[in-house]
Amino acid sequence: MIELLKTFMNGLFQPSIALTLTIVAVAAMYRYRRIVTQNKLVASLVVASPVLFFAISAFDENFWIQFKRPDNIPIAGMMFLVVFFTWFALKLAVDNDDRIREGRPPKEAEPEEEEKVFVWPDLVYSELLCLLLVSILLVVWSILIPAPLEEPANPQLTPNPSKAPWYFLGLQEILVYFDPWLAGVVIPTFIIIGLMAIPYLDTNPKGNGYYTFEERKSEVFLFQFGFLVLWVFLVFEGTFLRGPNWNFYGPYEYWDAHKLVPLTNVQLSEFIWARWLGIGLPSFWLVREFFGIVLMLGYFVALPVWLASSFLRKYFEQMGMFRYVIFSHLLLWMILIPIKMYLRWTVNLKYFVAIPEFLFNI
Amino acid sequence: MSWLGNLKEKVGTPSQWYSDFTRTPVWKSIFRHKLPNDPKNRALVVLTNVFLHLHPVRMRKQGLRVSYTWCMGGISFFLFLSLTVTGILLMFYYRPTAQHAYPDMLDLMESASLGIMREMHRWGAHLMIITVWLHMLRVFLTGSYKPPREFNWVVGVLLLVLTLLFSFTGYLLPWDQLAMWAVTVGSNMARATPMMGAEGPGMQLMQLGDVPLITAGSDVRFVLLAGRFVGEGALLRFYVLHCLGIPFIFVILLAVHFWRVRRDGGISGPGKGGKLAL
Ligand code: HEM
Repeated sequence: MIELLKTFMNGLFQPSIALTLTIVAVAAMYRYRRIVTQNKLVASLVVASPVLFFAISAFDENFWIQFKRPDNIPIAGMMFLVVFFTWFALKLAVDNDDRIREGRPPKEAEPEEEEKVFVWPDLVYSELLCLLLVSILLVVWSILIPAPLEEPANPQLTPNPSKAPWYFLGLQEILVYFDPWLAGVVIPTFIIIGLMAIPYLDTNPKGNGYYTFEERKSEVFLFQFGFLVLWVFLVFEGTFLRGPNWNFYGPYEYWDAHKLVPLTNVQLSEFIWARWLGIGLPSFWLVREFFGIVLMLGYFVALPVWLASSFLRKYFEQMGMFRYVIFSHLLLWMILIPIKMYLRWTVNLKYFVAIPEFLFNI
Repeated sequence: MSWLGNLKEKVGTPSQWYSDFTRTPVWKSIFRHKLPNDPKNRALVVLTNVFLHLHPVRMRKQGLRVSYTWCMGGISFFLFLSLTVTGILLMFYYRPTAQHAYPDMLDLMESASLGIMREMHRWGAHLMIITVWLHMLRVFLTGSYKPPREFNWVVGVLLLVLTLLFSFTGYLLPWDQLAMWAVTVGSNMARATPMMGAEGPGMQLMQLGDVPLITAGSDVRFVLLAGRFVGEGALLRFYVLHCLGIPFIFVILLAVHFWRVRRDGGISGPGKGGKLAL
C-alpha cells in the first residue's frame, strides 16, 4: 500500500506533471483566494503543505538521503517560507480588496496608520527584536548542524551529479532545454533586465503602498509565475529531483547512477524534412533551418503585433509602443521556457533552430 | 548598623551610578542628548547617531508593522553584518592557495575553539539569499516599486545580483569537490557568451584577419577564472572578489538603497507616501 503510494507520488513529481500541477496550484490559489485565506482548514493545509511534505517524506530512506544534506535544509525551509508569505500577502490583499469594494480605504490608509510615531523607541526596538530572533536562529542552527566539507578539490574526478550552487539550479534546469548561450547568458541577463524594468513597464497607478490583488491581478500573477513556478519550483526540482547525469528521480526513488533514460531528441528540421516531407535534410543551413527561422520570427515579431491587437490590447494602449515592445519580448522569452520544456517532454523536440555551424541553437 | 546605612548612601544605587555616569565629560562627549524619553531627545538620539541617522526621526505607524514589511530588508541587512563579522574571523584562518585552502578548512573545523564561525557564515549566507528574495516579494506585492520608488527597486535588483555573486564566489573557497565542481558548472556558461566566449555564437566574427581573438585562452571565462579551468588562479580571484571587490560595491549600493528609502518618503504607504520628502 505504502509502496503503491510512493510509486504514485514519484509519478506525480515527474517534471511535466509537477510543473503543470505547480502552475495549476498557483493559479487556483489566486482564483479561489477567498477560500484559501478565509477557510481555516484550507488555509492551514496550504500553509502546512510544505512542512507536511518534508516531514512525511523524511521517513522514506531515499528521500532522507537528499533531505539530510546540510546544504539542502535551507531549501526545505525556503519552500515553507515562500508558501507562507505568499499566502500571508494574499490574505492581507483579500482583506483590503473587501474593504475597497465596500468603499472603504485599505487597512494601510486608516487614519491611525497615518499617525506619526517616533523611530526611537518604536522602530529601533522592533529592529532589535528581529535581530535577536535571527541571531538565536542562526546560532542554534550552527550548533546543531555542522557545515559540510567534502573531499579535497580534484580536477580529475567529476562528481555525478555536478550541481551548480542551489540558487542557480533553475538555470541549470533550463540548460537542459536551451543552449548554454541562452540558458547561461542571455536568459539570466533578461531576468535581471526584466526585473529592473518592472517599475517602468508597470503603468498601473493602483496598488501603490498596500496589499491588493484585485487592483493588479495580471501583474501579481505574472510576477508569481516567474518567482514561484520558474524560480522556486525549478530550484526545488534541481535539488531534490535531479540526480546523476541530471536525470529525473522521483522523491522516493533511489539515485541509481545507471538509470537509463532514452535520448531521442529530435530537431525541428529533422521533424519537417525527414519525417513529414520524407526527403532528408538539405545540406545548406539556411534551407535546412528555414522553417525553424520562420517560426521564431513569427514568435518574436509577428506574435507581439498580433497580441497587441487582441489579448494584450489593453496593455498596448496603456503602455505605448516603446514599453510594449520591451514588455512583450520579455514576456515571450519567459513563456518560451515552459513551452520548450513541454515540447521536450511530449515530442522530444530539441531545438527549433539548430545551426551548429555558428554555435547558434534556439 | 548605621555604618552600613552610611555606606549604602555613599555607594548609591545602580540607577544613581548610571545618572552620575551620564554626567561625566566622557559620556557627554559621546552622546549629545539626554535619555531618549521625551520628544526632543528621541529626535536627537536619531539625528546625532551616525548609525541611527539612516532612519527618519518620525515615521508613519503603518511602516512599523511587521505584517507590512515582514522586516525582511532589515533582516537581510543584519545577516549581511553578521556575515561580515564571521567572514573577518574566518579570514584569520584561511589562505587562498591550492596548497593551504583545504587543510585550513580542516584545521578550522578541528582546532579552532568555539568553532561555529564557518557554520554561521555558511547558514547565514543561505538565509540571506532567501530573505532577500522574500524582501523583493514583499516590495513587489505592496507595489512599493511604483513612483517615486522606481529607482530604488533597480538598486535593489543590483543588490540581489551582488548577493548571489557573494555566495557564488564564496562557494569556491572551501576548495573541496562541491566547491570546485559547482563553480565549474557555473562558470562553464561563460564559455557560451555570444561574441565573448570561445564556444559562443558569433565568436567566429571576432577575428583579426586570420587570427581568432576569442579562444579558450582569451574569452570571458578565462578572465573570470584566470585560467582554462578552475584552478589556483580562480581561487585567488574569487577570494579577492568575495572579500573585497563585491563588498566594496555592495556597501556603496546599500548606502544608496537606504538613503533612497528615506528620500523617497519612507516606507511606502497608500497616503502621502507618494510625495517626495526632503
Ligand atoms: C541585500 C539586499 C537588500 C537589503 C539589505 C535591503 C534593505 C532594505 C531595507 C532595510 C528596507 C526598508 C524597508 C524594509 O525593511 O522592507 C528596504 C526597502 C526597499 N527595498 Fe530593499 N534591500 C535589499 C534588496 C532589495 C531588492 C532585491 C529589492 C527589489 C528588487 C529591493 C527594493 C526595495 C524597495 C523598493 C524598498 C522601499 C520599500 C518601501 O518603501 O516600502 N531591495 N530595503
